[in-house]
Amino acid sequence: MSAGTAKLNVTVAEVKPINDLVTRFKFVRTGGGDLPTFSGGAHTVVEMQDGDITRLNAYSLMSNPADRGAYTISVRRDDQGRGGSKFMHSKVKEGLEMVISNPVNLFSLDLRAKKHLMLAGGIGITPFMAQMHQLSMMGGNFELHYSVRTASLGTYAKELSERYPGKVHIYHDDQKEAIDLKTLLANQPLGTHVYVCGPKGMINWVHSTAEDMGWPREAVHSEEFLAPASGKPFEVKCAVSNKIVQVGEHQSLLEALEAAGIDAPYLCRGGACGQCETNVIGYDGKFLHYDHWLTDEQKAGGKHIMPCVSRFEGKTLVLDR
Amino acid sequence: MSKTEFPPSITSRPVYGELEARSGSGHLMIADAEGAEAILDLANSADADFWAKAHIIYIPKKTGTKYSSQLEALGAGKYYAGPSYEAAQSRIRRALQDCHMGTQVYLSGTESLMGQAMAEATAAGIPHTAIQTEHRGSTARRMQCVHCKGITEDVTTDPFECSHCGLSLFVRDHYSRRLAAFQGVRVDAEDPGNIPEKVELFK
Ligand code: FES
Repeated sequence: MSAGTAKLNVTVAEVKPINDLVTRFKFVRTGGGDLPTFSGGAHTVVEMQDGDITRLNAYSLMSNPADRGAYTISVRRDDQGRGGSKFMHSKVKEGLEMVISNPVNLFSLDLRAKKHLMLAGGIGITPFMAQMHQLSMMGGNFELHYSVRTASLGTYAKELSERYPGKVHIYHDDQKEAIDLKTLLANQPLGTHVYVCGPKGMINWVHSTAEDMGWPREAVHSEEFLAPASGKPFEVKCAVSNKIVQVGEHQSLLEALEAAGIDAPYLCRGGACGQCETNVIGYDGKFLHYDHWLTDEQKAGGKHIMPCVSRFEGKTLVLDR
Repeated sequence: MSKTEFPPSITSRPVYGELEARSGSGHLMIADAEGAEAILDLANSADADFWAKAHIIYIPKKTGTKYSSQLEALGAGKYYAGPSYEAAQSRIRRALQDCHMGTQVYLSGTESLMGQAMAEATAAGIPHTAIQTEHRGSTARRMQCVHCKGITEDVTTDPFECSHCGLSLFVRDHYSRRLAAFQGVRVDAEDPGNIPEKVELFK
């Protein structure tokens, strides 16, 4: 099977609300046994059977990578979203059997770094939690700067401050606290790598500030999962499988291909990994490219599309699938 | 002396570019002999505030004082001229220890100088792709004998004699970043005593 990676059958062992927006889920292997190892920064794709719709959302693993007994993820409820996070919050209960993918890491630590400087915004904290477990076991040098809206919405802020004293710095938006990025970046010893996970604006801010300050590109890492945008319904012809597929308003092109039984590859489902890249055979209309993968030239070229997040508006679109 | 065009070779053979002033919190420039010219050329395009944050470490070698007064006149925040790479090494290490992420590293001159300074800078944590280099001057090579592991500097002929074990060695393009040296392999291994005539390949 080319789509995604190998699947794991798991059972929900715990559902724990953390605050008004975030709930934590713990998965163990159905029937017992160890789960595959992973490295800090990895995510899993969770399959949700929501009536006749199958939703697949990627969530970062936040548990200790050395613990093979269980995986944990944290899900922030997004009322504006397409329903995946709402499904997790309302339908997923202890004892439910689910299918998740093997872990995939698109945000791994560069272990050549002499120091790891982590910048998190909101729920972007989760991959760092696994990375900090990993680094503290290895005796690695790290520092976390975590920006939260309010103390009560500061998911895990308190426990992290206690677990890693002196290494965790929390910034509260409602108290007008903000990461002083320029000063922070100016004072890092050679060999520091910076990692950022959070909203798009924060990621862009870190990349552009680091670049202006002369940081090597290789030392700046980021992860942003895009949720697929909704948009006008459209139709796509799949030349290889000889099918015509309708993409609904709240459905991604990738989801529509899957619903039509077409074997379409993916890993992150968030426009970051490049796995789902699909050749365009012909089109009449305009592309709405939302991914971080294709270059600007490729986006303008009309020969490629990333079906996990991008859409199309127009008369015809023919894909090599 | 002008820049050297090296013929295309195997992937381990380093390639060099042309120095350009980049934005950064500091500028560490390490050069030997004609490598000074690359820094002087870069000076034509650098902003006025570039030099205050610059630290130049220069090893004039045979060029003596030909470039040193011009380099000094650039007004770098720190300027040092030393007699040899070995003499400058502890200063280079110290400079790398003191600088922060965002510092740009510029290397120019011989392959031996650039290779050794590159190894120091990468060990200090700068990705090698972020370090600028420009070859100027002698193409003589720093060679490691793969048999006795001894290093012979300033090799200009192929084959050459290892300055440690005396074997005649064939000059390869195979390069070690860790040692900052090309590899020399016994030229008469198959047919002892059959040593081809030396050809002056490098100047
Ligand atoms: S699945 Fe990763 S970019 Fe589309």
